[in-house]
Amino acid sequence: MAFRLTCKEASKLISDGMDRRLSVPERIRLRLHVSICDACTRFTSQVAFLRRALKAFPGRDDPEGR
Amino acid sequence: MRFALLQLRDRSAAEDAVQEALLAAIQGASRFAGQSSERTWLVGILKHKIVDNVRKASREQPIESLEDRGEDLDAFFSDDGHFAEAPQQWANPERSFEEKGFFDALERCLQSLPRNTARAFTMREVMGLETDEICKELRISTSNCWVMLYRARMSLRACLERTWFLAGSGRAG
Repeated sequence: MAFRLTCKEASKLISDGMDRRLSVPERIRLRLHVSICDACTRFTSQVAFLRRALKAFPGRDDPEGR
Repeated sequence: MRFALLQLRDRSAAEDAVQEALLAAIQGASRFAGQSSERTWLVGILKHKIVDNVRKASREQPIESLEDRGEDLDAFFSDDGHFAEAPQQWANPERSFEEKGFFDALERCLQSLPRNTARAFTMREVMGLETDEICKELRISTSNCWVMLYRARMSLRACLERTWFLAGSGRAG
């Protein structure tokens, strides 16, 4: 990996960051990338949205218990 | 029931899990001190039963020996590592929770994931398990687990964008 991340590398780190603590270099490189990348900025908020949606999911079961 | 079915991908196993959860609920009813709503309490018991069930199933299934490097995920990117299709702006995503059909769309997207990917992802996001617990249950390495969760997020994000946010189904604005 070069110092500058590609979107492919950045999106993996964004996902990993939801499951483990990123290292300091990982966080610095990710922050640099996201600060100049609209696609990865959206990706970040969308995977966070997915987490909220999945949390709300079981409560949405239909009442008749299909 | 829908929740159990999603996780177990097998109607009879899902029905068993729900039944076991209800039995456990009846047996434990005296200990239920009313600190949470009955629904939350039942879903909590159901989660435990599903974890039991997944554990049993993964004991019966052969272990996947191949390392999952997520090669299939290359399709989301161009050769130089850019998004092949950049994520679009989603208008008012939080409002989707109130909209009829959103959770059906989400469920359809979850159903389209590979079985183990969907399992790992719902264990992580619905049940809130840590990745080391998930790896242990599914008997995969930690890095495999992260790749699976990454695949789930990439696929679900793209699927919801295609079938919900840009499809305009039932959405205003």
